[in-house]
Amino acid sequence: MTDIGGVEASPARPAKGGRLSFLSPDRLFRSAGVRFGVIYAGLFGISALALAAFLWWSTAGLLERQTDAAIETDWQGLLERFDDGGMLGLIEAIRQRVDANVNDDAIYLLAGPDMRPIAGNIDQWPRRVTVDVESTELLIERAGVKGLAKVHKYDLVGGFHLLIGRDIEARSQLSHMLADAMLWAAGIAVALGSVGAWAVRGLFRVTIADVSATASAISAGDLTRRVQVTGQGDEFDMLAETINDMLDRISRLMDGVRQVSNAIAHDLRTPITRARARLEDAALHATSEADLRAAIDRAQADLDDIVAVFQALLRISEIEAGARRSAFASDDLAPLLRDLAELYDAAAEEKGLVLEQQVPAVLPVFGDRDMIQQAVANLLDNALKFSPPGGVVRLSASAGRDAVTVAVADGGPGIPQDSMARATERFYRGEQARNTPGSGLGLSLVQAVATLHGGVLRLEDNHPGLRAVLRLPSTEAKPAG
Amino acid sequence: MRILVVEDDKDVAGFVVKGLKEAGHVVEHAANGRDGLFLAASEGFDAIVLDRMLPGGVDGLRLLETLRSQGNNTPVLFLSAMAQVDDRVRGLKAGGDDYMTKPFAFAELLARVEALTRRGKSEGPTTKLVVADLEMDLLSRGVKRDGQKIDLQPREFRLLEYLMRHAGQVVTRTMLLEGVWDYHFDPQTNVIDVHVSRLRQKVDKPFPTPLIHTVRNAGYMLRPEAP
Repeated sequence: MTDIGGVEASPARPAKGGRLSFLSPDRLFRSAGVRFGVIYAGLFGISALALAAFLWWSTAGLLERQTDAAIETDWQGLLERFDDGGMLGLIEAIRQRVDANVNDDAIYLLAGPDMRPIAGNIDQWPRRVTVDVESTELLIERAGVKGLAKVHKYDLVGGFHLLIGRDIEARSQLSHMLADAMLWAAGIAVALGSVGAWAVRGLFRVTIADVSATASAISAGDLTRRVQVTGQGDEFDMLAETINDMLDRISRLMDGVRQVSNAIAHDLRTPITRARARLEDAALHATSEADLRAAIDRAQADLDDIVAVFQALLRISEIEAGARRSAFASDDLAPLLRDLAELYDAAAEEKGLVLEQQVPAVLPVFGDRDMIQQAVANLLDNALKFSPPGGVVRLSASAGRDAVTVAVADGGPGIPQDSMARATERFYRGEQARNTPGSGLGLSLVQAVATLHGGVLRLEDNHPGLRAVLRLPSTEAKPAG
Repeated sequence: MRILVVEDDKDVAGFVVKGLKEAGHVVEHAANGRDGLFLAASEGFDAIVLDRMLPGGVDGLRLLETLRSQGNNTPVLFLSAMAQVDDRVRGLKAGGDDYMTKPFAFAELLARVEALTRRGKSEGPTTKLVVADLEMDLLSRGVKRDGQKIDLQPREFRLLEYLMRHAGQVVTRTMLLEGVWDYHFDPQTNVIDVHVSRLRQKVDKPFPTPLIHTVRNAGYMLRPEAP
């Protein structure tokens, strides 16, 4: 017995989600499909019941009411004759009516105070019709034939009793027939209801099967799966589109995270290696305290650079997460740009560059002031960094109908056309930028700020150099993505 | 100055306490929020360096809010690893006077703590700043050195004003960027250095002794003479 675990485990544990648990009533009723099916069957049954009740009322009920009405009319007629002609008149009238009754369905019996028959077409007073009975249905034998009859008893002055009735054998047969039919109908309704319920459940399952399959494929790791849109534009399509939008967003975020972690893994390794090497080298080879200090200082600077990269990365993901969109406000970009130009003007001059600015008096934007400041500062940083001495850096801005455009142009080496699209990727550094300090995150941040604001960052060839154009909405707009 | 450091990380706390003591301050240390709150509320400090995430049930924000609700206005500098803009805003809203994120340079921390304590002492509105032979009239916006008038651009005036208000203290580049330009990001270009060197051309160059000194690995300091 080496396989003890397997032997023990199999009988103790019922298969989850298998046939066994599927059949348990508890689980069955937790299924929304079954619930919908049962609700459908219930509604169907109630409708069928209501229909049957109405049918009964309008056929059997109608006949019964007609019988009652006929008996009542008879009584009124006979009462009149009794009032006019007394007892003899009444007996005469009963005789006439019995003779005139072709269908032989009318029943009359006049009895004295001792219940002895006086006139009528039945032989004796039915025993079941006692003093306190007003109307009843009973079997009456007439001319050797037994039949069901509805009778009413009326009391006359002088202790006489009058029984008026109608033979309802035919009606009772009809009732039986109807009852039979309804029983059958009930059976059929139950059958149809069950089939319908099953069908509804199946339909429900089929409809959500795709959503459920997509969801499980995604939880299994296949982020490319999407829910099928049937194109009917119904509620399920709307649901599918919402789910797909959500999945798109999730996979975009996932891509971002993956990209960043890859970038961190690759691009931070270099400066960390450098710092580490410096410290190790100093520990092994430094001969004087001055050497050690110098090495420590440089390693510290390296670490500061790494921290700066981290901060830039975190800032970008903070912006991309969009949490600070709540801090958006209407603002004038013009003084902000003039201040930035003033801040960078001195640095430009020192590098032998000319910083030209062309900013209109008012530039209304809707956004986060700090972020836009940082984005434009990054563009100016880049322009100053890459411009050759004697060059011109141009900061210009213009207000359009619903957007504000800020452009920073330099006369540097620019970015080759085929790398333009990649320039805003994190840690991307162009060939020309390899030998300049920087992290390759500047444009990524500008891109993130533009996207958060629902604007765009466009990179153009400035012949020579680079022209970065940042377009931001001037009024509250729904940011894309 | 008496400074309270509330920080749970032993190494960081030790480093900060040691550095502040070396700079000539009297330092108390609390390793959790509860002790920190008790010390801060029961003893008088000139400044508090406060971590955000603290053990002991009372975090930095709660500590500060409790302190402020008791009417205690000791200047507080947050020193936290929570570096998002919203974290910073929350810290300042809770009553913090400054917010620094980890990792940090000690020189920056020292400069900011000393700047805080200066800010804490409000002597009422001043109309004139004087450092050695340099005079600044805040009303007429005129600057004179050794009786000679110096022409400054508006931004240069604000830069000099900031340096003079913090005379004798180290002022870092980040502090200048925040205090003079109100920018909360680090430009990659040495923009601040260029502005300071322009200011030096006007304030120091024509005179025999320099007032604006560069402090290595930290920033600048305006003071009468080199120590």
